[in-house]
Amino acid sequence: MNKKLKSTFKSNEIYIFLIIIALGILVQIRSGQFFTGNNMVDLLSAMIVPGMFAVAEFLAIIAGGIDVSFPALASLSAYASTRILLDQNYDGNVILAFVIAMAIGALLGAVNGFLIGYLNLNAMIVTLGTSSVFQGFMQGALRAKQLSVIPSGMKEFGTNSFITATNKTNNLTSILPYTFIILLIVCAVMFFILRYTIFGRGIYAIGGNPVSAHTVGFNVKRTKFFMYIIIGMIAAAGGICRVCMMQQMHPTNMLGMEMNIIAGVVLGGVALTGGAGTLIGCILGTFLIILVQNSMILLGVPTTWSNVFVGIVIVVGVALSAYQSIRTEKTKKKLVKEAA
Amino acid sequence: MSECLLKAEHIQISFGNVHALKDVSLEIVPGEIHCLAGENGCGKSTLIKIISGVHQRNGGTIEFDRKKLEKITPIDAINMGIQVIYQDFSLFPNLTVAENLALNSELASGKKTISWKNVRKIAEEAIKKINMDIDLDEKVSRLSVAQKQMVAISRALMFNAKLIIMDEPTTALTKKEVDALFKIILKLKEQGIAILFISHKLNEVFEISDRFTIFRNGEMVATGSTGELDDKKFTYYMTGREFADKTFIPEKVTDTPIFELRNLSLEGSFENISLSLRGGEILGITGLLDSGRTELALSMFGLKPATSGEIIRNGKPVKITNPREAIASKIGYVPEDRLSEGLFLQRSIGDNIIISEIDSLKKKNGQFDLKKRDEEVDRWVKEFEIKTKNPENPATTLSGGNQQRIVLAKWLACNPDVLILNGPTVGVDIGSKHDIHAILQRLAQKGLGVIIISDDLPEVIQNCSRLLVIKEGSIVAEYDTQQVKEQMIIDAMM
Amino acid sequence: MDRVKSFYSKNREVSRLIIIMIAWLVFMLLTQAGKFFTGANFLTMAGQFPEYGLMALGGMLCMMTGGIDLSVVGTANMTTIISVYVMNWIFGVDGTMPAGFSVVIFLIAVLTGCVVGAFNGFLISELKVPPILATLGVNQLITGLCIVITGGSAVSSFPKQFCDIFSSNLFGVIPVRVIVFILVAVIIWFMLERSTYGTKLRLYGSSAHVAEFSGINTKKLVFKTYMTSSVCASIGGLMMLSTYASARADYGSNYTMQSILLIVLGGVSPNGGKGRLSGVVAAIILLKFIESGINRFRSVSTYYVTLIWGAVLILALVIDYFSARPKKVKVK
Repeated sequence: MNKKLKSTFKSNEIYIFLIIIALGILVQIRSGQFFTGNNMVDLLSAMIVPGMFAVAEFLAIIAGGIDVSFPALASLSAYASTRILLDQNYDGNVILAFVIAMAIGALLGAVNGFLIGYLNLNAMIVTLGTSSVFQGFMQGALRAKQLSVIPSGMKEFGTNSFITATNKTNNLTSILPYTFIILLIVCAVMFFILRYTIFGRGIYAIGGNPVSAHTVGFNVKRTKFFMYIIIGMIAAAGGICRVCMMQQMHPTNMLGMEMNIIAGVVLGGVALTGGAGTLIGCILGTFLIILVQNSMILLGVPTTWSNVFVGIVIVVGVALSAYQSIRTEKTKKKLVKEAA
Repeated sequence: MSECLLKAEHIQISFGNVHALKDVSLEIVPGEIHCLAGENGCGKSTLIKIISGVHQRNGGTIEFDRKKLEKITPIDAINMGIQVIYQDFSLFPNLTVAENLALNSELASGKKTISWKNVRKIAEEAIKKINMDIDLDEKVSRLSVAQKQMVAISRALMFNAKLIIMDEPTTALTKKEVDALFKIILKLKEQGIAILFISHKLNEVFEISDRFTIFRNGEMVATGSTGELDDKKFTYYMTGREFADKTFIPEKVTDTPIFELRNLSLEGSFENISLSLRGGEILGITGLLDSGRTELALSMFGLKPATSGEIIRNGKPVKITNPREAIASKIGYVPEDRLSEGLFLQRSIGDNIIISEIDSLKKKNGQFDLKKRDEEVDRWVKEFEIKTKNPENPATTLSGGNQQRIVLAKWLACNPDVLILNGPTVGVDIGSKHDIHAILQRLAQKGLGVIIISDDLPEVIQNCSRLLVIKEGSIVAEYDTQQVKEQMIIDAMM
Repeated sequence: MDRVKSFYSKNREVSRLIIIMIAWLVFMLLTQAGKFFTGANFLTMAGQFPEYGLMALGGMLCMMTGGIDLSVVGTANMTTIISVYVMNWIFGVDGTMPAGFSVVIFLIAVLTGCVVGAFNGFLISELKVPPILATLGVNQLITGLCIVITGGSAVSSFPKQFCDIFSSNLFGVIPVRVIVFILVAVIIWFMLERSTYGTKLRLYGSSAHVAEFSGINTKKLVFKTYMTSSVCASIGGLMMLSTYASARADYGSNYTMQSILLIVLGGVSPNGGKGRLSGVVAAIILLKFIESGINRFRSVSTYYVTLIWGAVLILALVIDYFSARPKKVKVK
């Protein structure tokens, strides 16, 4: 037990968690509004879409790759499926929207997966290219414009409250839409896949040592291929959630999210070199960035400063973890010496 | 001789026009320790890959466990009881010991999900087989090399292995760890498991193996029991050449030391090291892997600046806190690991040669003097007889010996007065090894001060005029190499 | 013919781009000759590409070290905003600025670039932060500062004399921007091919560890590289300022990806160590031709440009895969 406790304190996750708590207390002291129901609900609700994207990015990074195409992929899938439903005057359940979007997402993910997995091309360049293609296809071929009306099923799904919280002091009410459940499902399913399936362990194994993964008997190409399909499906689901929550489809406003998502995932202790990191860390890192972005007002800082603070968090966060890894390397050597 | 476990006869394989193996045979009986030796590129790794199903042979027969083998895949080989432990161990650094041990069998079971209880059970059984004491929940990246090797061995044993092939298993081990490894190998032998031990270290071949086979240029040149083998024969079989080994005797030595250390210390690595080197002398430093010898080398070259003490050049203290200051003080350093520290493998031979002297190849206006660069490259390629058609080819196109010559040329191009070499002939074949020794001796005769750090005792005894032994971070003995016996050095090291 | 062949095998990336470029020009000749092959069109194109072209030139150096510079756009906007505030501070919002003062603005831009680049270099070489994260964070940070300074809105009133300089043509035909671009390209060519920096940079890119062991001053090298990149971005920023005639924190946000795309298309390996100026310049020009060509077709949405850019990049990768692969497989 003691050993377990020790290893917990060595992990990156606990530090991120402590920083989040510290930040929360700071905001609480300044404003008294942090640990209120509606603020919590607001934060969780802000976490839904980035959280899903982060899980998708997490997969790519764990396998030693990277994906910068998911915002374009999500936009294209969400746009196409919303348009299809609108054109059909569909007014039924939201599930169909998810099914169509995720099918498109899977298809687009398969393009990435084929190029990265089967042709073994550099993930960064491939996704950079496909990102351009997806975006161009959406705006060029589909002539995507803002859709200010979305199917009623999606509208309901985005507004119906799962949890409602009212702040007694200022009577502000915040709702947590049902899309939050989608995030929970994504996290739970991915946790299970990564922890308890051969496929999931394969993703870790490939990130740790691709050559050995092959010799041990993993089908490296196929694993990568299916992984990018899953990434595509998660991103597409995230896209639909975003459309539902915003009550409109804006084709370009998800673009550019990739960098902050990557930063969040890495802040959570996921190594860009692949193989190392946990789903919890990934979520915590993303949450930290969301927290900074959303706590500006409570801290009395003008929202114009939000980028500055996010920048500081990224720079300081990654610098600290880089510094820490240099140090552990040194202490590790010392330990080995002492043992010998 | 009893029934053969593995009988490979007349094996041939070619890649394109290259006949990697011409007609080789190898026989291994159950429970024997068989050593396969040969220089780099002699075909020994190719044969292993054929036996383990990675490559398909073009001709010849293989019999394993009395069954004739036609086409085999790596999985077939494993199922039949053939296990290969490669130098990199093929482990996953980011996974725990338990998972590394169990991953194979979980995969082989064909199930889609993993039971962690099962993983633990498999792992516990695996480490029991060699009585290893290790934390199953530790990540492999945090283990020492020896521990990783033990994990790889226990993983190999899980498949009812009948033959375990170990590819140069002692390369990165300390003496103690090598002894522990040999104990385990002997224990495996008792259980009737045959070991094919690949090595080019003569003393290991003598110490552990029952029989040996030596390859050269894709052909088998000798096989027999180790008892019949001696030093001279071994070298001859490996290289096809006979070497008149010239022991180094310095001719012109400067009166005063050109390089001295006074109480040099690096916290946690070595303490109060003092030594002096005269021009024209070759000084040897030897010690076990973890004795601090590498750290000492790195400190002398400024890569790990010493925490206290002085470095003195020609009687004057100099400050050496980074390699540039060392180069400015005319010190060169040939690092331990040629591949990861010495060479830009993907870059051209020419660039590799001139990189350290590059700042002296400028025209007066600061421009890079390309003509002078090419002249330098040609000069060193000629001087060291580097075998290449075009010095603009990448360094990967060369053999280990030629690559090491590039590293030497790189430093000599800087006109050093002191050259420090850390393991100058590790992974270099015997032929090139002798050539490199000859070059070093020639340089010393011309007045260069050379320090060779190596645990290859014959190498230091033959090439150095004096020898220091470092143990646990301190110098514990100094010998005149003309009078020292190998055993005395080993006693001092341990 | 042999000469052509040996040129191709030595300059695979460039040759490939030139072939695509010729094919495209022929296509334009057949379809849109009247609209595409006009002096005015070439002049327009020449006026447009230097903005992001400069960012790509600097970013190329970073990628050759195995790193990446994601802070180019932030740096460019920082430069424009600082320049505008300096101009307004000295000459007033409606004042007139003597043309000679442009030199000062130019120096301010270079200085801004140096500061940002040094900060990147510090994070990367001293603190060992992965370049992708360091420059990403710095970009976020300086973009944030720009928002704070401007309050998030565009600053469009300042002495416009400055814009005229970068929009004018020398002798009436050669855009000043192109001259600036060529000057910077020549300087970078000189750094890469005629000074020791280029050799050091490529060697460092292929192995930073060995570079350290060989006595290269790797920290200085990284600083120099990221500073050069940021200075290029700053000069690109000045051009953006004259194009938009205003400064804003989030102008040109798609230039980041665009410049990386150009660098990679130009044959620079993201793993470092490989790359040539000629490839990147060819990529910059090719993509401008394509973009401008597509715009000649009335019926084709300009958004197809993005699609084609991405497609060209992936096509280049795939061509590389199928032309380089078979040989390797056999040796194995």
